[in-house]
Amino acid sequence: MPKGYVAINVERCKGCGFCVEFCPTHVLAMSSAFNSRGYHPPHVVNPEKCSGCDLCGMFCPDFAIYGWKVSQPSNGAKKDAAR
Amino acid sequence: MLHADPKGVLTGVHFLDGDHAACEGALAAGARFAAGYPITPSTEVVERFAARIPMVGGIFIQMEDELAASIAIAGAVWAGAKAFTVTSGPGFSLMMEHIGFAAMTETPCVFINVQRGGPSTGLPTLPAQADMMQARWGSHGDYEIIALCPNSPQECFDLTIRAFNLAEEFRVPVMLMMDECVGHMTEKVVIPPAEQIEIYPRRHTRRPPGDYQPFAAGPDLVPEMAHAGEGYRFHITGLTHDERGYPSMTVAAQDRLVKRLKAKITRAAERLACYEQQGVEDADVVVLSYGITSRVAQRAVELARARGAKVGRLRLITVWPFPTAQVRALARHVKAFVVPELNLGQIALEVERAAAGQAAVVQVPHAGGGVHDPEQILDAIMEVLK
Amino acid sequence: MSAQAPEAAGKIAGGQVEDAPESCAPENPVEQFLRMDRMPHIWCPGCGIGTTVNSFARALLEAGLDLDRVAVVSGIGCSGRVAGYLRLDSFHTTHGRAIPFATGLKLANPGLTVVVYSGDGDLFAIGGNHIIHAARRNVDLKVICINNLVYGMTGGQVAPTTPGGAVTTTTPYGCYEPAFNLPALMDAAGAVYVARWTTYHVRQLTRSMIDVFKKKGFCFIEILSPCPTLYQRKNRMGDGLDAMKYYKEKSKIRHGAPTAEVALSKEGEIIVGKFVDRERPEYLELMRAQLSAQLGERYVETEHLVCS
Repeated sequence: MPKGYVAINVERCKGCGFCVEFCPTHVLAMSSAFNSRGYHPPHVVNPEKCSGCDLCGMFCPDFAIYGWKVSQPSNGAKKDAAR
Repeated sequence: MLHADPKGVLTGVHFLDGDHAACEGALAAGARFAAGYPITPSTEVVERFAARIPMVGGIFIQMEDELAASIAIAGAVWAGAKAFTVTSGPGFSLMMEHIGFAAMTETPCVFINVQRGGPSTGLPTLPAQADMMQARWGSHGDYEIIALCPNSPQECFDLTIRAFNLAEEFRVPVMLMMDECVGHMTEKVVIPPAEQIEIYPRRHTRRPPGDYQPFAAGPDLVPEMAHAGEGYRFHITGLTHDERGYPSMTVAAQDRLVKRLKAKITRAAERLACYEQQGVEDADVVVLSYGITSRVAQRAVELARARGAKVGRLRLITVWPFPTAQVRALARHVKAFVVPELNLGQIALEVERAAAGQAAVVQVPHAGGGVHDPEQILDAIMEVLK
Repeated sequence: MSAQAPEAAGKIAGGQVEDAPESCAPENPVEQFLRMDRMPHIWCPGCGIGTTVNSFARALLEAGLDLDRVAVVSGIGCSGRVAGYLRLDSFHTTHGRAIPFATGLKLANPGLTVVVYSGDGDLFAIGGNHIIHAARRNVDLKVICINNLVYGMTGGQVAPTTPGGAVTTTTPYGCYEPAFNLPALMDAAGAVYVARWTTYHVRQLTRSMIDVFKKKGFCFIEILSPCPTLYQRKNRMGDGLDAMKYYKEKSKIRHGAPTAEVALSKEGEIIVGKFVDRERPEYLELMRAQLSAQLGERYVETEHLVCS
């Protein structure tokens, strides 16, 4: 069981490669697929290595990826119910 | 309408110069934040404010330049305060970008310009009225402002209050166009009790967060205000924007926004028109003037009447928006307007425009540095009547 | 991929797709701070500005600030666009003048946490006069300066931070102007907190931002960020990722380093860290102390200057 998961918003990605490069456990790689804008988004290649550290999310300039730990599904995000 | 907060009202009969009276007007109007930069002949306004405000409750900050002063007041307004700045010609030029920013973001605030001789450094200690067109057109782009012109220290007090009230009513920057003469002339100024001073309150929205749009306007074309820190989480930008305040850089959004900014004021032009007229009904000539020149003009008109001339006088108190309708109506039955100004012809151009050829417009220019001799204006009147 | 609204389009969760716990996937923690109705943003692929926004969002979360009382003020430029994307009271003001606007905002409502988020050209060229005075006065502002060494929005012109030799559109043969050392300038002007990070240092940046939220006085954080489309490209320095790798390789963390020693160069070492963290009375404290000492009971102290 991986300790964490990653969610990728394929359409938002601009293929900068930060997440792939700086994932400490090399969970990600650039895919050969294209999104509708012609960028290659990342995809998960080593899911079992994901710790949910969310470094990918912290690096992503396009808010297109984030990670979360299995043990802490909320990952600190507070949903703003009223908005 | 509300009444003035007594903490800021120095009720009584005073002997003040225009600069000092303007400061008292601001305090009476509820201004509790001012940012300024020293520039002759306006500095006394903020010097007095700096001395008074700690005992009324508020802040004065002397900023590092007029660019800073003119936008610090916008910040204070969006935090909740009524705010103003004060300057003269060279500083007014520096403030132009932020007058435009205030117009574009519909930030209610007051800019006081105690005009002096120009251009450039000009005549720092001497009067002129040569920033009048600049007050209207000085910033880039299409926008409208309101400009008031006092001709006495008493009016410096009264019209400063009116300037704040109009700023709130129309969510627009308002210019108080004084001149060095009115600013440095000392006269009786009566400050009434606070309960006799009407204050237009900030048009703060009553809508809850989530339901408020900072640029959504009703039938009077003026949107409601909100302040930072109240949970509205709004966005304000100088970019062309939509009702939400979000940048929207399209032809359609530009058309919508800029036309509303203009119509907001022009539609109210007749209501905003404020002038004093005397003897115009059967006049052959009307002397149209404003500010300090109106006091000289009054003498000239008396002299002309003493010679049997049918001369009326029209003193503009609101100079922008220009009272086109009134002048146009007069133009139909007068032979000529005589327009003395402490400049080489600025408001005279507006008179020409409004008169639309139906009456002659005779300028009585003065390059600035002093006031006209009544004889100069009298000569112009008599010349027209020949 | 067909034309779908970007936010609704394909999400791939980690793990085997069938096992992916999508149903318990939390929201991206940054989204609650963003005006999602304005996404996607305008920044280029590999631009670091968005990365700094992640750090900022996480700092806001961790610091536990009342978000209704956080206001962001920006100037003009790519970095200045941050204000428009944040779901906070935000003000996109004029070029160079975010700081005086923020000064007015803060002084009239000291209860606000006022963040100035802008770029190197906006804050230090046209805005130079204002930033040094705000630092001198120690106005309680949190200034986040994204330094991409160039004027990005207008197409890549030289900035007061452009390193010697760098090519920009207005220095087509290489920049020959000496650049500002921003931490040294802010230190000399009186800032009580001066730090520099790069967009690679995402965690440290969040920590610094939390530090400044908790600190009273004029705080300054410089964030070195790639401008791939203009600075990197014109100087044949690759793309955003290449810049990030350079930051990783050449950055040295030296907390407390003398700010005079942390100047940047085109391809040299990047000293990062928290350089200055000191105490000085903040502007309003100074004002109140002086006025109450002089005026005694006649002094009317105020907090929020709000008109009726």
